[in-house]
Amino acid sequence: MTGAAFGIGRIHWNWLAALAVLLAALPLVSETNTPTLLAVWALFALSLALMWGFAGILSFGHAAYFGLGAYTYAIASVNIGESTVPVLLALIVPALVAAIIGAMMFYGRISDVYLGVMTLVVTLILNRFMNATAGDAYKIGNARLGGFNGIPAFPTLNVPGEPNMEIYGTAYYYVVIVCLLVAYLISRWILSSAFGRTLIGIRENEVRMELLGYNVPAYKTAIFSVCGAMAGLAGCLFANWAEIVTPSVFSLGTTAEVLIWVIVGGLGTLIGPMIAAVALGSLKLTLGHQTTVDNSLVLGAILILVVLLIPRGFAPSFVAWRRRFAQSQVHRRQARGTRRRRIALQEAKQ
Amino acid sequence: MDYAAIVVLEILYMIAFLALISAGLAIVFGMMRVINLAHGEFVMLGGYATIAAAKAGINVYFAMLVIAPIVVGIVGLVVERLIVRFLYGRMIDIMLATWGLSLLLIGLVTLIFGNTPVSVPTPIPGYQIGHYQMGGYNLFVIAVAVVLMCAMWFALRYTRVGLIARGTMQGRDVVASLGYNPSTIFMLTFTVGAALSGLAGGVMAPLTGLLPSIGGAYIAKAFITVITGGAAVIAGTLSTAGLFGAVDQLVSFASTPVLGEIAMLALALVLLRLMPQGVTGQFFRNST
Amino acid sequence: MSEPVVETQELAVRFGGVLAVDHVNFVLRERELRCLIGPNGAGKSTFFKSLTGQIRGANASGRVLIRGQETTGWSTHQIVRLGIGIKTQVPSVMNGLTVAENLWLSARRTAGHDGADAVVEEILSELELGGIARRLVGELAHGQRQLVEIGTVLANKPWLVLLDEPAAGLTNVETERLIAIIKRINQSATLIVVDHDMHFVRTLDSLITVFHQGAILLEGHAEKVLTDPSVREVYLGNRA
Repeated sequence: MTGAAFGIGRIHWNWLAALAVLLAALPLVSETNTPTLLAVWALFALSLALMWGFAGILSFGHAAYFGLGAYTYAIASVNIGESTVPVLLALIVPALVAAIIGAMMFYGRISDVYLGVMTLVVTLILNRFMNATAGDAYKIGNARLGGFNGIPAFPTLNVPGEPNMEIYGTAYYYVVIVCLLVAYLISRWILSSAFGRTLIGIRENEVRMELLGYNVPAYKTAIFSVCGAMAGLAGCLFANWAEIVTPSVFSLGTTAEVLIWVIVGGLGTLIGPMIAAVALGSLKLTLGHQTTVDNSLVLGAILILVVLLIPRGFAPSFVAWRRRFAQSQVHRRQARGTRRRRIALQEAKQ
Repeated sequence: MDYAAIVVLEILYMIAFLALISAGLAIVFGMMRVINLAHGEFVMLGGYATIAAAKAGINVYFAMLVIAPIVVGIVGLVVERLIVRFLYGRMIDIMLATWGLSLLLIGLVTLIFGNTPVSVPTPIPGYQIGHYQMGGYNLFVIAVAVVLMCAMWFALRYTRVGLIARGTMQGRDVVASLGYNPSTIFMLTFTVGAALSGLAGGVMAPLTGLLPSIGGAYIAKAFITVITGGAAVIAGTLSTAGLFGAVDQLVSFASTPVLGEIAMLALALVLLRLMPQGVTGQFFRNST
Repeated sequence: MSEPVVETQELAVRFGGVLAVDHVNFVLRERELRCLIGPNGAGKSTFFKSLTGQIRGANASGRVLIRGQETTGWSTHQIVRLGIGIKTQVPSVMNGLTVAENLWLSARRTAGHDGADAVVEEILSELELGGIARRLVGELAHGQRQLVEIGTVLANKPWLVLLDEPAAGLTNVETERLIAIIKRINQSATLIVVDHDMHFVRTLDSLITVFHQGAILLEGHAEKVLTDPSVREVYLGNRA
């Protein structure tokens, strides 16, 4: 079963290339500061979309890995002075933590509600802890954790091996865009592989997959770790954009936003959540400039409406609903084709 | 000796605090398996209702014990009719919708009351134990929690309404076939749960400066108290509130309040992992 | 007399105060077709789940051996990897995926990414599912879904097949088809079938083990067992 199957369509390389060209040309017509941030958010959304939409793992604390990536980068770059290793660490540390926590949950057969609660609690612990680390006593190496003020000044991205050649502005924008595209392609590759299909099977029916001989907890831990690394990368890129890291990266608000992006964008797709992240992110930035309409209010209202109006809710059956819809379109087209052929035959006979 | 008395009182206070803020959520989760992530905001609304009423001249005890529950109860009723009732049985969807609701409520309150803290003074003065000064109001909180738990237990165990509620929790179809309308029961249960959350917010109002975002502090603790408590509403809430309250305070006394809180959260993780059915799923089964 | 392929030694499963499986010693040989029957609560499903690794830990004692390998306490997926196909009492398939995709996931584990497609085609034609290969399983009728599930069980080429109530909810025609499929499977694999449906069991005409109150009451060939007075008493109650 090669090519399109399991609800994953083929990659439209034409569209992707066109998009890449557009993104590359963007700096010619606009400033790159905001688009960079939006791209980081899109990457964050991608990491949850992959895990939730295709493996069925709903984490209420995905911000934990975003924040871990951000803090790991900041702490490591203060201590090392050059950015290459910190970036790698910003991938490895969240991945490891996710693997440990994931294993603890999945091998314990925790799922659904309890998974949501546990992941939420992990983020809360990180949030509380980081908020309380003010003062000189709290530091890792040379990096003071800074409590709720965070870590304000750390070396940002530089060309690997050349600590004095900093990457910022438009050049940084390109780095982020490339990361995003690469992450997207890797995600698509995972989904079309046997590993990805197994995850989709697990999302559909864990028990049956187990009965077919698959080590379900191992698969779930693996994807949880991969998506943790991806979120960590987003966090690291965010840190470099913001040039400051505060405990708000671990906030409930951050984790709520990424959930909303995925739901609104369409659970069970990769592109949808990324677009939603850009759209809702822009909305948030625009709203942030005024006080009449509060951002929380708008986001909250959107979330409520989306949950109420999507008829089958956000269980993985949503994905199946889309396929059913797609299939019924196919049947309708076939029926129309058959009717036309029948009419044509009748006319030919006369 | 005095120090021991202080420690005991602080632990009791913490347990009372947890039990109070969890009561509403326990009813709603225990009865209907509804995870209301806007619970913290209901508590917050109770606080604001109390402070607004008190500032308007109403007696503060009346404001917190009568007005706050009524106001938030009405809010709960509206929420149930407009949102929750379409989502029963869909746990994840309820969690998401109520998360949206919590954001909405925070936004609304920020618009109405602004972002600066508001407060009322505690109506009961402090007292002395040996060398230590204790807040007198804390005793009131403990008293309210005790009365509330007893009242809930009595109501669930010995009244007809309580029996119907417990029956619906076991099986809504069975109760329906006996002639009771499960939708009405759910509606009333959610409203009562909201009212209790409002009560908790009202009672806690004099102790903290109130901000629209304060719900976040309550939701996490209430949540883990209820979920690790398990199916039994009273026994579950009390056992985990007791456990967490004691651990939080003991670790706080030994080190810092932050570590106390983290210890409590970490304990919750361990409990969730080891006893997925909650404490009362493993021990104290068949309790109320 | 061939070696036992499935054996339990003093297997006991306790739920609270109830002994659901009472020190059962069970032996199954290569290429047998064995039916487990017994009234409700007799312990046959619990016994079945002890074999599949769905019940283990504190509740169970005794040993389970599969082809001489002790599998007591093994998790389900480890047991399945010994080459065992399991169909549970509650139908369990991937509703949001097509028939072909369901079969592919099963076939892929043993046939590899490249060989899976061929196995899928094979199962589709053997079970006559070709016409609905691209349909989402969730939309199929119950009987078809049961068949798809059996297909997934067969797709990783097990040498031992465990079926829990495969005839549940099937029409007479579908049941006849199922019997033919089981007989065909039996030509190359060993089978255990748990079921209530007496007509189904009688038509399978195999060796039968009768469970009663957690223990084995009687074992023997279908004719003998199904006419045995003690079996009838157990099913119909005293003074039948």
